[in-house]
Amino acid sequence: MITKRIIPCLDVRDGRVVKGTRFLGLRDVASPVELAALYSDQGADELVFYDITASSDGRKIFTEILRETASRVFIPLTVGGGISTIEDFDRVLKCGADKVSVNSGALRDPELISQAAKKYGSQCVVLSVDAKRVDGQFRVFSKGGREDTSLDALEWIRKGVGLGAGEIVLNSIDTDGVKKGFDLEMLEAVCAAVQVPVIASGGAGSMEDFEILFKTLPGVDAGLAASIFHFGQIRIPDLKQFLDEKGINMRIEKRDEDGFAG
Amino acid sequence: MITIIDYGVGNLFSLKSSLQAIHVEAQVTADMDTIVHADKIILPGVGAFGDAAKKLRQTGLDKIAVERASEGIPLLGICVGMQLLFERSHEFGVHPGLGLIPGEVKPIRETISSELKIPQIGWNQLQMIQKEHPLFRYLRDGAYVYFVHSYHAVTPREYVLARTDYGGLLTAAVARENVMGCQFHPEKSGRAGLAILKAFAEL
Repeated sequence: MITKRIIPCLDVRDGRVVKGTRFLGLRDVASPVELAALYSDQGADELVFYDITASSDGRKIFTEILRETASRVFIPLTVGGGISTIEDFDRVLKCGADKVSVNSGALRDPELISQAAKKYGSQCVVLSVDAKRVDGQFRVFSKGGREDTSLDALEWIRKGVGLGAGEIVLNSIDTDGVKKGFDLEMLEAVCAAVQVPVIASGGAGSMEDFEILFKTLPGVDAGLAASIFHFGQIRIPDLKQFLDEKGINMRIEKRDEDGFAG
Repeated sequence: MITIIDYGVGNLFSLKSSLQAIHVEAQVTADMDTIVHADKIILPGVGAFGDAAKKLRQTGLDKIAVERASEGIPLLGICVGMQLLFERSHEFGVHPGLGLIPGEVKPIRETISSELKIPQIGWNQLQMIQKEHPLFRYLRDGAYVYFVHSYHAVTPREYVLARTDYGGLLTAAVARENVMGCQFHPEKSGRAGLAILKAFAEL
């Protein structure tokens, strides 16, 4: 059967991974290319790169880094951050991205989702949503979680899928950074609202949090996290082994003697 | 040298890079002369079958691919490129394919249980039917590979190299003599994918 996916997320500014890393054996711990290669080697099922650069120079560096990563890492690569136009899609896809994640850009112009889905296929368009509880409602926030859009998250997600988004990344602002587990209540509501894959983000603090996520909500397809991986708090091979032993379907790569084969 | 046919469908960057990573020379081209002289061909493809088939025909590369395949050179179709090898597809109407392998491309919905999500997106295991096939030379049964698809090939068992279980058995890899195909993306399937590309390059 299809496996649950474990996805590390790398925030990249001016060509460097923003959150500090504590990996031994890496020549350059802030190099996105090296970190991506390490995660891939450790069995990450997919990688997400967020470009948090503001300048156009930084953006050029980002595309270069993407190209270099994609030429060394052979697992699916999703790119997000500042995607507002079809040209942005084009730029990152040409550098080796497989999927493009839209957030504020799609809130400003929802047609971006349908245009991109039409041009590149729904499998290529990931709708990333930052949501938070406000007045008993799951509310969409834009601009990195700073601005209340007053949109209902479930309605927005349904609309996004209707326009052609092929996957949803749900980042709960309420649980993000708290490290006490994913936002199961919000995720459950999203899984019930749409039929496309749902990726949980925000709140992972331990291996048990992933176990609880996948066991409580069979509809969630993947767990995404950043700092717990970057700080070496949880190693991806340990996490996947742990989940596998708990009966959750994981891709565990077996290496033949020649170092080949999955 | 592997020749990757570029007919304007999908992103060939990863495919070319993955071949480079295993030290296999590859060229991406739409040039007829080059393809006529190719000794190994990869036919890629993403998106809808009808669009891909139309684009391949418009370039005239469909005829060359069929000619070269019938001359016996190894041909590997990937994803929609694999689907194009069959007689026809039922994706948004009925569209003819290259007819190199008997069979049809049908919605996976007809095979799998109804509560599962479509498309199948993610890593799933290969269940090999023909373990001794040269394409699997470096690969173990049960290896995980990366799928993104809503349709799959329905073909006689003799052409099925491997299947995958997504609440029902789906066709994952096929072959008829020198014509081969993978529904999954070897260029996105980590070591397992590279193992398949390496085996193809050595045919």
